[in-house]
Amino acid sequence: MTAKTIYQWTDERLGLSELAAFARHKTVPVHSQSFWYYWGGISLFLFLVQCFTGVLLLVYYRPGAEAFESVRQITFVMHFGWLIRSAHAWTANLFIFAILVHMFSVYFMKAYRKPREFGWLSGMALLGIASVFGFSGYLLPMDELSYFATKVGLQIPAAIPYIGEAIANMLRGGTDVSEFTVQRFFALHVVVLPAIFLPLLAFHLWLVQRHGNAVPPCEEAKPSAERKTIPFMPNFLRKDLAMWLISLNILALLASVFPWGLGKQYDSLAPAPMGIHPEWYFMSPFEMLKLLGMVKWLQGEPGEIAGILLFTLGIVLWILIPFYDTKKESGQRARAAHYFGLLAVIALLATTLVGYWTIR
Amino acid sequence: MNGPTSLTNLVEETNDKTTRRFFMAAAGAAGVAYTAALAYPIYRYLASPAEMAMEATAVTEVTLKDAQKLPLGSVLMFKFGTAPAMLIHHEDSRWIALTAVCTHLGCTVQYEPQADRIHCACHGGVYDPYTGANVSGPPPKPLKLFKVAVTETGVDVSRA
Repeated sequence: MTAKTIYQWTDERLGLSELAAFARHKTVPVHSQSFWYYWGGISLFLFLVQCFTGVLLLVYYRPGAEAFESVRQITFVMHFGWLIRSAHAWTANLFIFAILVHMFSVYFMKAYRKPREFGWLSGMALLGIASVFGFSGYLLPMDELSYFATKVGLQIPAAIPYIGEAIANMLRGGTDVSEFTVQRFFALHVVVLPAIFLPLLAFHLWLVQRHGNAVPPCEEAKPSAERKTIPFMPNFLRKDLAMWLISLNILALLASVFPWGLGKQYDSLAPAPMGIHPEWYFMSPFEMLKLLGMVKWLQGEPGEIAGILLFTLGIVLWILIPFYDTKKESGQRARAAHYFGLLAVIALLATTLVGYWTIR
Repeated sequence: MNGPTSLTNLVEETNDKTTRRFFMAAAGAAGVAYTAALAYPIYRYLASPAEMAMEATAVTEVTLKDAQKLPLGSVLMFKFGTAPAMLIHHEDSRWIALTAVCTHLGCTVQYEPQADRIHCACHGGVYDPYTGANVSGPPPKPLKLFKVAVTETGVDVSRA
């Protein structure tokens, strides 16, 4: 049996040549904004790194009462355990960063318009799950920082009127962050979230194949003869993989030169450490809530509720943008959507900066 | 007229080919080095417990505190390094220590005082409780004996 007959045998049953033909005909547009096309792929790569390093950590991690001790072992006893843990923590941050870049580039290229609404919606859901991944993973080492971050983070659902406390207690597995919390966050982090994330990701990637890359409005305005494309195979794929390699190198550098630390084991009687603050990707919402709480007639509980309402409203508007800005041409609504996007970027950056500025 | 031109072409072509081949070889070597740099930490990470066990098996002596009080005709299971071992105080007051890992397929064996034998429940191997010799059943080799020294405070077991 030659390689050719094996290929034919498999092809007849799986339709490989159809896939190959699809890949051959797939093209990617080339224009001044092409750089942003790589960020979806970079996000995907970083997710794969998370799966890989996550499984490696799972080999020695023990949730529950021994959580801190097992992370201490991984970091200080197992060979290169510090590197693998550092890579997982760094990748988590780079992953969220890459998704945010991807999201804003899609937003400003208006790639959410027909027929790509589901791509936008599934992408937003993936970002939402990614941030829950981040929040739940942050608790798992059970050091001081993760203990207080989770304690504070769960105050947000707790501020919802009537049902908030019940929701927070359900997430915590009690009235305070404890071994029960880390156990259920672990189940969330390694089973529940991947089980939701993976099919959504498959759906998202399938949509990208189905509709191809969107081009920004400035390209769309050009006659089709003036638009340039390159074949996906092998030209774009090669560049994509080069981006993956660059990402891996940056990650390796960060993880080894700036190894992720491990604080003291949590102690529910110890005071919060100085300078404690949320991860950068949660800084903006926290700062917004804090700023709203400072408004005179919103102090205390009304301020919290108003903040949560305002923030939720902003996110809902953001998610629903494909149904507002629908036209192919740039009209009134397209401009309004553009300004809404700029406002969101400025608000996020400004509140994040203020947040870091006011750390004590 | 044609000669010199084609000769230059030929030289350039060979140069091109060598450059290309050199580039491919260098890229391949870089790829291998890169993969190795990624694989090595992962291998060492996963091998850590095995390495720790290796270090533990390097022990040559174990002191069993208070084991001198072991009654006649009874046995004490202990770990020599990472492997199970047994200390037997025979009815005739002789002290015997041997590994408790069956030489057949690695099950842990047990001392049976009534039958005065060491028995492996997995496949019915039988050993002599004084010498560790394989008496019957599938075991291909005897159990290894340790040196035993009884002191005031305990029993020292060391590699023979």
